[in-house]
Amino acid sequence: MRIMPTYFEKKQLVTPGELLAEGDYLAGENTYLEDKKIYAARIGLADVDNKKVNVVALRAFYIPKMGDIVIGTITEVGFNGWSVDIKSPYTALLRASDVLSRPFKPQNDELSQVLNAGDLIVAKIASYDRAHDPQLTVGEPGLGKITRGQIMRVTPTKIPRVIGRKGSMISTIKQETGCQIILGLNGVILVTGKTPEDEELAMMAIRKIEEESHTSGLTDRITQLLKEEKAKREENKIE
Amino acid sequence: MSSLVTRVRLKQIEQMIEKGKRLDGRGLNDYREIKVEQGLIERAEGSARVLLGKTDVLVGIKVETGTPFPDTPNEGVQTVNAELVPLASPSFEPGPPDENSIELARIVDRGIRESKAIDTGKLCIEPGKKVFVVFVDVYVLNHDGNLIDASAIAAVSALMNTKMPNYEIENGELKIKTGYTSLPMKSHPVTVTVGKIGSNLIVDPWLEEEQVMDARMSMAINDDGNICAIQKGGSGYFIPQQVIEISKLVQEKAAAIRKKLGW
Amino acid sequence: MNEKPEKLIDKKGFRLDGRKADELRPVKLEVGVLPNADGSAYIEHGKNKILAGVFGPKEMHPKHLSLPDRMVIRCRYHMAPFSVQERKSPAPSRREVELSKVIRESLEPSVFLELYPRTGIDVFIEVLQADGGTRCASITAASLAIADAGIPMRDLVVACAAGKIDDTVVLDLYDAEDKLGAADVPVAIMPNLNAVTLLQMDGILAPEEFENAVNMAIEGCKKIYALQKEALKNKYTITKEEAEEE
Repeated sequence: MRIMPTYFEKKQLVTPGELLAEGDYLAGENTYLEDKKIYAARIGLADVDNKKVNVVALRAFYIPKMGDIVIGTITEVGFNGWSVDIKSPYTALLRASDVLSRPFKPQNDELSQVLNAGDLIVAKIASYDRAHDPQLTVGEPGLGKITRGQIMRVTPTKIPRVIGRKGSMISTIKQETGCQIILGLNGVILVTGKTPEDEELAMMAIRKIEEESHTSGLTDRITQLLKEEKAKREENKIE
Repeated sequence: MSSLVTRVRLKQIEQMIEKGKRLDGRGLNDYREIKVEQGLIERAEGSARVLLGKTDVLVGIKVETGTPFPDTPNEGVQTVNAELVPLASPSFEPGPPDENSIELARIVDRGIRESKAIDTGKLCIEPGKKVFVVFVDVYVLNHDGNLIDASAIAAVSALMNTKMPNYEIENGELKIKTGYTSLPMKSHPVTVTVGKIGSNLIVDPWLEEEQVMDARMSMAINDDGNICAIQKGGSGYFIPQQVIEISKLVQEKAAAIRKKLGW
Repeated sequence: MNEKPEKLIDKKGFRLDGRKADELRPVKLEVGVLPNADGSAYIEHGKNKILAGVFGPKEMHPKHLSLPDRMVIRCRYHMAPFSVQERKSPAPSRREVELSKVIRESLEPSVFLELYPRTGIDVFIEVLQADGGTRCASITAASLAIADAGIPMRDLVVACAAGKIDDTVVLDLYDAEDKLGAADVPVAIMPNLNAVTLLQMDGILAPEEFENAVNMAIEGCKKIYALQKEALKNKYTITKEEAEEE
């Protein structure tokens, strides 16, 4: 059986409602199926993988998924836990019992001493469903309160691009800047370096990736940019 | 609005409509029984009460004097207000008019205004200075679906029932004489509302059907069979062919109602 | 304007602003104009100048405003006091309340509300200058703002009005034509799905004239839709070109 061609060219910019394909195709990310036709649901770049039509969204917001690593800000200290802003339509909850290694006694423990409004944490989504707000956990190595570094935000759909194929992009940035970088899947990124300049350099590279994520040859351009900037800095130091 | 109807019932309604019938035995294009009573509020210059099935709407007309609008110095003024009185439904809250009561008032207003139901040209007392102001107040007493058609029919009935005192101008002053005259009217518009459930169209949606339907289309038809106001409502949509289909269906139903009411 | 013009459309078919019966006023669109909004758009349609901003999806406060199984849309259509000939009071008028409702209902069918239960989006429309057809221009801009916010949609929503002046059915009435004309029919559609999400009429039209007007308005909508798509794509194409220049 002949498969009909799709109605777009590879990596074409499409808008919501544009007809992408008809017939024997599957509706992938940011698309929907109606009457055997597949339409775009968000603005982005259309692509087809096997028979699945996908749109890589240029603009989206984060919806929690179990197991995702996210970076959030404590907004409220409650009775038995904290409310956390994870830059999602849904507020996340971190239970006291998850943080305190011993049984929790409301009258004895002052939660604000452990984590207070304004604190930043790296956490994992422990549970989430349509009827309940996402629950977080910090009970794993690498998770918990953030004490140093700078925070930046990108559209969550760009995180895979920041990681790069097999982590090539993020490794390059870490290497060239000497920074530790934690990528929250909710689009919040923590950059910790030896100096603020190193951190600025890494953040600049990440911002460039976000702006040019839909172009090719980006990894090379970023590597080049980082080397050029570092060279400039060396020159300025000598002067 | 709170969900007053269970999912099982909603499914029942949808399934029956697919088969061309409604839960109260009506066909898709049938109206519920319409009963009109006029002149029940003596203090008002005109009044009418309409029962459309169990939907109950009372309209009172007050005629007072006032100043005309600057761009129509020789014409009377018409103003329509609607109250979704809390006793009419558990979903009506006391308070200032909400978007539903405002929309209802404006739909009824447009039907009357655009068809020139009230002959405002004959309501001038002193050009540029004094005219008659007709207050149309829609009072919903029981909500069992299709407030629009019931309110529109009640408003026109009330206007037809309205009597104004005779008057003359003496030395620039308004003097009331004995006797009354009927409110001058040029048209008697009928409004018909069609709801959409799935891909089916139903005339005169009843309360439970309104909870299932995804959109409604109301059209006001004047005595000549011309359309004088349209309002689509609800968060659903219509395909263009349905819009045209509805305009034809509405004409047919409006003519039938006009005949039945003797307008 | 103190004197009523004798004719709104002359024997040669030219309207008072020089347009022919089926001609649209010029339309300009820009996406992403408000830095603090999650999504935004600006439209100039004839002399109409309208700004639309979208916030969300976010949890609604108070909670009882939200629904357990779907997202809620809150829409506010508001006219600036200086937007019209005679200063308008900043307090919401009954007309603004009705328009807020019908505009919201024109946008709701386009959004996948069921995907984000217990949340809501706020759509704010500010009319900075008005010259007839503001509800249509507002819908066109608001829909772009929703797409700009990254909210999944079935289709964009685009709107345009048609009507009757003198005895002719015309496209896209401006304020003078709306006030002096015989009928005005604003229409909003989801162009790829052929779905009418807003339809109103005031005036008097014979059934055939009505059908004519609806078809004409839909054609007008399709022309504006091409500009909507372009404006949305323009926001993201610039960076692509800059990158390729390097």
